[in-house]
Amino acid sequence: MSRFPAKAQELSLQSDRVRQQMQLLLPVLLLIFIFSVLPLLRGIYLGFTDYRLGDLIRFNGLDNYRQMMRDSFFWRSFRVGIIWTITVTAGQMALGMALALLMNRKTPYTAFYKVLILAPWAMPPIIRAVVWRQIYDVDAGFLNAFLIGLNLLDKPINWLNSFEFAIPAVILVGLWGEIPKAALFIHAGLLSIPEELYEAGELDGAGAAQKFRFITLPMLRPVLAATISLSFIWNFNMFGMVWVLTQGGPAGLTRLPMLAAYEEAFRYGYVGYAAAIGNVMVLFIMAAMFLYLRVQLREQLQGGKA
Amino acid sequence: MRYHLVTHFGLISFVVFLVFPLVWMVSTSLKSTAELYSGTVTLLPKGLTLEHYRTALHDGLLLRSLWNSLVVGLAATLGTILIALPSAYALARYRSLINKVVLGWILTTQVFPAILVMIPLYLVLRSLHLTDSLSGLALVYIVWNLPFVLWMLFGYIRTIPQELEEAALIDGASRHQMIYRILLPVLLPAVAASAVFAFISVWNEFFFALVLIKTPVLGTLPVELARYTGMEGMARTGPLAAASFIATLPSLLLFAIMRKWFTGGLLSGSVKS
Repeated sequence: MSRFPAKAQELSLQSDRVRQQMQLLLPVLLLIFIFSVLPLLRGIYLGFTDYRLGDLIRFNGLDNYRQMMRDSFFWRSFRVGIIWTITVTAGQMALGMALALLMNRKTPYTAFYKVLILAPWAMPPIIRAVVWRQIYDVDAGFLNAFLIGLNLLDKPINWLNSFEFAIPAVILVGLWGEIPKAALFIHAGLLSIPEELYEAGELDGAGAAQKFRFITLPMLRPVLAATISLSFIWNFNMFGMVWVLTQGGPAGLTRLPMLAAYEEAFRYGYVGYAAAIGNVMVLFIMAAMFLYLRVQLREQLQGGKA
Repeated sequence: MRYHLVTHFGLISFVVFLVFPLVWMVSTSLKSTAELYSGTVTLLPKGLTLEHYRTALHDGLLLRSLWNSLVVGLAATLGTILIALPSAYALARYRSLINKVVLGWILTTQVFPAILVMIPLYLVLRSLHLTDSLSGLALVYIVWNLPFVLWMLFGYIRTIPQELEEAALIDGASRHQMIYRILLPVLLPAVAASAVFAFISVWNEFFFALVLIKTPVLGTLPVELARYTGMEGMARTGPLAAASFIATLPSLLLFAIMRKWFTGGLLSGSVKS
């Protein structure tokens, strides 16, 4: 950018460049507008209508949201959505951190481990669900056989169909699938911390725990903040894996918000109501992000003062 | 020494947990039907058989969905790269207000749940007679892949010195010639990495395909496998595991080959060699 000339020609060049950029970007901007921006805006609008597939679209203000307030299915799905999102995000961060720290220790086999831990990530989400269904299977599943073999269980449990275990079972699969991503992101962050900081810390007599608390964590803060925010959003919006695992069952127990919205729109045809659920999901995500970033910012400011 | 033992123990525990389902899938796919029915569950198969792979590959719908996934994946990948390359170039080389608009759009697509886009998109595609069609699905995937691929290519192009292009332009090449003749060779690793990413996302994608495709013969592999899973019965356990392994193969292979490139591009600085 440095070589673009100054003042006199700047204005005409500027508009010339914008024109050239527009020429190159026009097709993609049109594509984005027609198939992404417009549908999104229309989707938000549909959340304020009583549209049912095949009917006319009629604006109905906040009716959908009033109905949602009374809809126990909606509340249940949001509740399990929040439980799922917080547990999986927190768990994947904690375990991802542990794994990243382990990978950061130089052993002759580290490169080998690094390939192996990507296994879940290489499997399509649907396949993850298919395989775990087989692991959880009542008769032929590994989990029951394993626990019975260890005498921890007398008779097999139908994990994905049990009121007690369905949610933890689904969360375990989510965690398993998301740990590699978190570990890889955090590991990249760890590699960017200059070695000198640790050497200086050692000179000052810092132990392992202190080095982690006062060097690693603060230096990782931007990576952690980004990973937590993105994972939170991705986990909250998750659909396919849980859909194949349980279809939202038993009795709607694992029906995450996306599953609820999908069923409302494409199973029952309440398109307007489904879009309204989508709108509430966006509001929830934005509120969560806002709160989280505010806490982050405050901590950072306090860290600066201390 | 003790320090190393603890590290290894920790790493091995993680690896066992993370790799186990893949092992279980392969093991199940190689067990005979008799063994799967026998009621005794073992980690490794007692005798190896390929019968389930044969069953899976003789299932017309399954085979068809494999083909559909391949076609849609390649078409969408090609489309995404062809559209994203000049656009990423334009964003990296001329900065203007449009950059902010596009960045804003990229971030927005990450926050909004797919359902909000899907409903109106479904209505638009239906009016264009593009629901229940692989072309319609490929089109949706191109738009769906764009944010990430644009972002990746944009980052790469910024790291390439501008002198190269200026020389080409002085020699009288047009913008598009310059992009495809000069920039593309330099960008090839980045383009390959983005293409792999785009292909795997399409190969894995489930939600859009589930909503848009109604005719069974047009289903993609994830949709077909989800349908197959829904049908109960132990007879399906083996073939399902075999088909699942086949579905995992492309991403597994590409991941293994491209790992260096991929992690290098996604999180530059993460690869030490």
